[in-house]
Amino acid sequence: MKALRVLFLLLWMCAVYFVGIYLFMSGFLLVRLEVNRTSTCRDVLQPGQEPVDFCRVQPRFRRAVLLIIDALKIDFARFDPNNTAPRPHENKLPVLQETVSSQPSHSRLYPFRADPPTTTMQRIKGFTTGSLPTFVDVGNNFASSAILEDNLIHQFGQEKRVVFMGDDTWENLFPKKFYRSLPFPSFNVKDLHTVDNGILQHLYTTVGDDWDVLVAHFLGVDHCGHRFGPDHPAMADKLTQMDGVISVIGHLQNDTLLVVMGDHGMTDTGDHGGESQKETDAAVFLYSPAPLFPGPPSQNEPDVVPQTDLVPTLALLLGVPIPYSSVGQVLLPLFPPHGQTEGAVGGLSQMEALWINAKQVNRFLETYSSMAKDIPPESLSQLKDEFSRLSSDYLMTLREGRPPSPELAASLQAYLTSVRDTCQATWARFNPLKMAAGLAILALACLMCFILSELSCVLIRENGPRLKAPVVAALTVGVCVAVGQLLTQAYIELAWCLAAAAFSSELLFLWRACQSRKSAAAKNGTKAPKYANWLTPRHLLGPSLLVPLLRCASLLSDSYVIAEGRVVTFLVFSLALYIPIHLNWDSLLLPPSHDPLKSAGLLPSPALSPLTVRKESSTLLACLGLLIGSLYLSLFFHGCREEQGSCQPSPFLSPLSRVQDSQLKNLNYILAVVSLGLWTYMVRCCLRHYGNLNSSGGTVFTARWILPLLSVCLCLHWAVSATSEDSFRNLAELISLAQLALPRAAFCLLGLGLFLIWLDPVTVFVKARTGASARALSLPPPRYRASTGISPQAELHHLIPQIYQRMRLSLDDGELSGGHEEDSRPAVEAYGLGTVYSAPLLLFCGLLGIGLQLLHPEGMALSFLLLLLEMGALLHIHASSITLHNLHGTFSGFNVPWTPVVLWSLAATQFFHATGHLPTFPSIQWGAAFVGFPGGHTGTVLPASLVTLNTFGAHILFAGCPLLLFWPLVCEVRGSRGGKAFGEEGEDAVMEMRLRESPQQFSSSLLQLSTRYLFIHGAQVFASVCAAAILRRHLMVWKVFAPLMFESSGFLVSSVFLMIGVTLVLRVDVAVGHWFKRLIPDASR
Amino acid sequence: MWDHEIRAMASTNAIIVASMFMATVIPAVLVPDFSVYGTHLLWLYSVSGTVTAVSVAVFWLLGITPPTKKHTLGYKLSRLFRSCLYFFLSCLFFHTVVVLYGAPLIESALETFSLAVLLTSLTTLRCLCVLGPNVQAWIRVFSRHGAMSVWDTCLQITVACTVVGAWVGAFPIPLDWDRPWQVWPVSCSLGAMIGFLTGLVAAPAWIHYHRKQLTYKCK
Ligand SMILES: [Zn+2]
Ligand SMILES: [Zn+2]
Repeated sequence: MKALRVLFLLLWMCAVYFVGIYLFMSGFLLVRLEVNRTSTCRDVLQPGQEPVDFCRVQPRFRRAVLLIIDALKIDFARFDPNNTAPRPHENKLPVLQETVSSQPSHSRLYPFRADPPTTTMQRIKGFTTGSLPTFVDVGNNFASSAILEDNLIHQFGQEKRVVFMGDDTWENLFPKKFYRSLPFPSFNVKDLHTVDNGILQHLYTTVGDDWDVLVAHFLGVDHCGHRFGPDHPAMADKLTQMDGVISVIGHLQNDTLLVVMGDHGMTDTGDHGGESQKETDAAVFLYSPAPLFPGPPSQNEPDVVPQTDLVPTLALLLGVPIPYSSVGQVLLPLFPPHGQTEGAVGGLSQMEALWINAKQVNRFLETYSSMAKDIPPESLSQLKDEFSRLSSDYLMTLREGRPPSPELAASLQAYLTSVRDTCQATWARFNPLKMAAGLAILALACLMCFILSELSCVLIRENGPRLKAPVVAALTVGVCVAVGQLLTQAYIELAWCLAAAAFSSELLFLWRACQSRKSAAAKNGTKAPKYANWLTPRHLLGPSLLVPLLRCASLLSDSYVIAEGRVVTFLVFSLALYIPIHLNWDSLLLPPSHDPLKSAGLLPSPALSPLTVRKESSTLLACLGLLIGSLYLSLFFHGCREEQGSCQPSPFLSPLSRVQDSQLKNLNYILAVVSLGLWTYMVRCCLRHYGNLNSSGGTVFTARWILPLLSVCLCLHWAVSATSEDSFRNLAELISLAQLALPRAAFCLLGLGLFLIWLDPVTVFVKARTGASARALSLPPPRYRASTGISPQAELHHLIPQIYQRMRLSLDDGELSGGHEEDSRPAVEAYGLGTVYSAPLLLFCGLLGIGLQLLHPEGMALSFLLLLLEMGALLHIHASSITLHNLHGTFSGFNVPWTPVVLWSLAATQFFHATGHLPTFPSIQWGAAFVGFPGGHTGTVLPASLVTLNTFGAHILFAGCPLLLFWPLVCEVRGSRGGKAFGEEGEDAVMEMRLRESPQQFSSSLLQLSTRYLFIHGAQVFASVCAAAILRRHLMVWKVFAPLMFESSGFLVSSVFLMIGVTLVLRVDVAVGHWFKRLIPDASR
Repeated sequence: MWDHEIRAMASTNAIIVASMFMATVIPAVLVPDFSVYGTHLLWLYSVSGTVTAVSVAVFWLLGITPPTKKHTLGYKLSRLFRSCLYFFLSCLFFHTVVVLYGAPLIESALETFSLAVLLTSLTTLRCLCVLGPNVQAWIRVFSRHGAMSVWDTCLQITVACTVVGAWVGAFPIPLDWDRPWQVWPVSCSLGAMIGFLTGLVAAPAWIHYHRKQLTYKCK
């Protein structure tokens, strides 16, 4: 077979897709230019009379304490005395409310609104630089890099001693900026106490020591949320501990400002990252022993404080310059109204603070607009006019010596707000040209994939440099564009080179495909209609392509995106029901009734026995029932998006260590172990059934030993990780060792198993028989007939003895040449030859599945079992319907029709949801990164790949789609056995050896299957890309953005694993070829 | 002969359409606060009851139903009993399918079952009327060469339209428009009804248009 051609075509196809995705992403992901300037005390802000603004007056406070309690939601901070039965997270911080009510002019509590994305690093950037986030930084949480923009910590560090303790993200963001720092590892979310206890150990000794600004970042609340959710007693303990921490209030001196704040909130499941109000609304609490506010809370207090507003406020209160690129607005209540500045406190009045703030923002706006042209000129000039009007007003009032009117203050505030809004709107900036190019390339790639799948036979059959030309064209055009860019712009933009290369190769390929179709039609007129009818509307709008079309269309509406899991299940169910209906419509489902009234000419069915048909139909219907059952049950494993109000997330989603009821815990554990055992048993059973466990190769070793050992490992690991830390105190060390060793051992076993499969994929057991018995069985034609023999495990299975056609022929030749040796010639039986291709692939999937279960919560083992059942049901349905077609003599070739491929690829998306995943950032199961690495990681590659494996587990398992090609052949025995009753006595079940008999058809079918699978996933990527492009200015761009990211990454993972699967098949093919080469001289000797 | 049969079928369909129309209008006059959305179940049962009654009456009068082999009262009774049983079983079947499609299992079981009753009276009942209580014949009719008369083709078209209509009717449910017709099962029953009406109208037209291609074996 033309292995390399298939592989290269697929590789090239994927590469084109990747280029399209990359191009679109580089145009879609929002970018904001960073202004690399810093404010200093000596800056002159225009217009104004004073030469220096920032450090003009004595600062109000000399010192500040910033207590950042990660994920301190506003709900946690509020205290409701009427609530008699508070939930674990309610009423646990009474100190805040007590202080606010007893010292109203010393303290305030505000909701503190973060800008999405609500990830910790983005938030730290936000409330230190005062700028707004863009998409590019999403996901950088793994590798936080230093902040280069001007920021509060830098400003403090110029003349104050900044002491930091807590979350080590800060150390990475602000390297060498701290006078002293005590970082603690932050990434391990399972660890609730290291960071907090570390801070507490040093906090009290530091207070009153040598520092001016003390920053302490507590992580316990956030980790508790991630691990247990807000409604857990551990959260109550954690919040009570924080309550104690905040009581440092008593130790503060008069010149110190205390700020207690959360960086973001959390959802009801304890996660964060999105833009829902539960995630964005944190709390901020301000306190000072000296009076801070002019009076008790009044009417014109802000309802909600945006997070950026803290930056100018803190800067002006502490007498440092406002960071250069801050777009925040000072919190007016913290500044005394005009005319009260003469008091002992000193500092700026409201009006002065606003004025400095406005001038700083104006300066930033001018600098930014001179560097980047992305702010629309009309809104820019509008803002400029507004500022010059306000400044002339302000300067006029100053000159006249009258107090500025409150209206002026209000309009300055309005100006600051509108600058912020403009920036927010602009930094959602896209590169439409790149987006359009990406869309075009993706659209063409989809079209090409479709054509490739329809023309695969022609492409494989025809000799000629089919792929060479497009690749050469791509290279030439890409280099040309690069050179052109070098000549005109003096730098190379990689995206455009890639785009040009992909585009040219696509166009060339399409053109050649058209040509070859024409030539193929011209060459043999009989085959013309076969290739000509693939673009008719009738073909395109059949249900098998209508369903993926609906699925793609559903990505365009955010309501359907929210309900994606159910939508996909609905579609899979519809298509599954369509199969028997369609078969019945073609009168294939039932044996033709021997009704004399019906004409016999309608159904040409010479080899048709009603019994076989009935048996095949009942298999099909039973598998359909199984499919529908597992579809329905899989709905119980879905997670919940926050938009789905009344939805309850599946109880199986939480890890067992979170379950408190020990009986429930045991039950869940037993369920998980049983389903894992069933998984292992079913995979092994299938292999044994087809006689693949008899030989002594690497694959068989894997199936016999590594597979069960892996599941035992997994069970033990679950047991260890489910035990609560308190129950076995004296065994704590052993438990922590086991938590480290067991998963790592499982990883090693998995790696070893996969390696062995790769090394020695042939699972055929050869048994030589003496000539006597062979003769006894098949004397008349001196050929090698298959016969049932006794194998080491003969009692467990029916073995499928096979003889390969070509071998038979060559042996016949040998027999002709040396006829006299007939007696001594051994007959050959090969067990498991019929499933030589599918067995390694199946084992591969089985092993990987267990490995993926390791990365999931324990309860998901049930869902994985459903996945396996659904896979099996799909395969059998496909095999049965092919057999039914064959029985009626209407089908030929190995080609896999669209319907099973569509079902198969939609099932991947369906199980993405049914394994508890959602296309949203907060729902990513970060816990997977700590399986086997409870102490956290040093690098980022390993945790990222573990999380990727966890997220796209279903995509990975369903990438084993070459099974669809093999299964009808695997199930052939049943069909042909029935067929035998009619005739063709000598015909044995050849099963997958048919593929070797016609290698060309094998390659073309494999290519067709893979391209069809790629096409469906690619079309989904294309649809989500379209959705992102159309809805980019949508209010909920995050909801639209997230599916795009997940679809593209899913496509990436699917295509990579599809390639691995196809390569494995090709590897098996090569190995089988070697096997025959070894065998034939042996046998004919 | 051809035109005669088609005409008979068209008038039958017209009668059924008219009766469905009346089933909507008459309760609106008689019952206070009647509306298709507000008192959906009432409307639903009024329509399915009317369709059942009218179809049974019309098909009986026309004598479409395959003639019974025996004319004894007992045989007729058992036939009647079997028809009722099939009717009920089909309700259960549709209920199961709708639940599997994602309808709430317990919460609005009554609504789901009402939808199942409607679907049964639009599809299974027609099968019962045209083919009698004979599942084999039903399965046979829904194949490419299975239709044996104009009525069978009409049955194929209306059943397919009804089922597809109900299926399409589920599409608007997840949308966040908050319209009264998005409430379960209003959109599905409306879809089924519209599909059924379309089928009734389309079937005679389609058959008339394709009458040259259609060749039936005699019954
Ligand atoms: Zn955080
Ligand atoms: Zn967090």
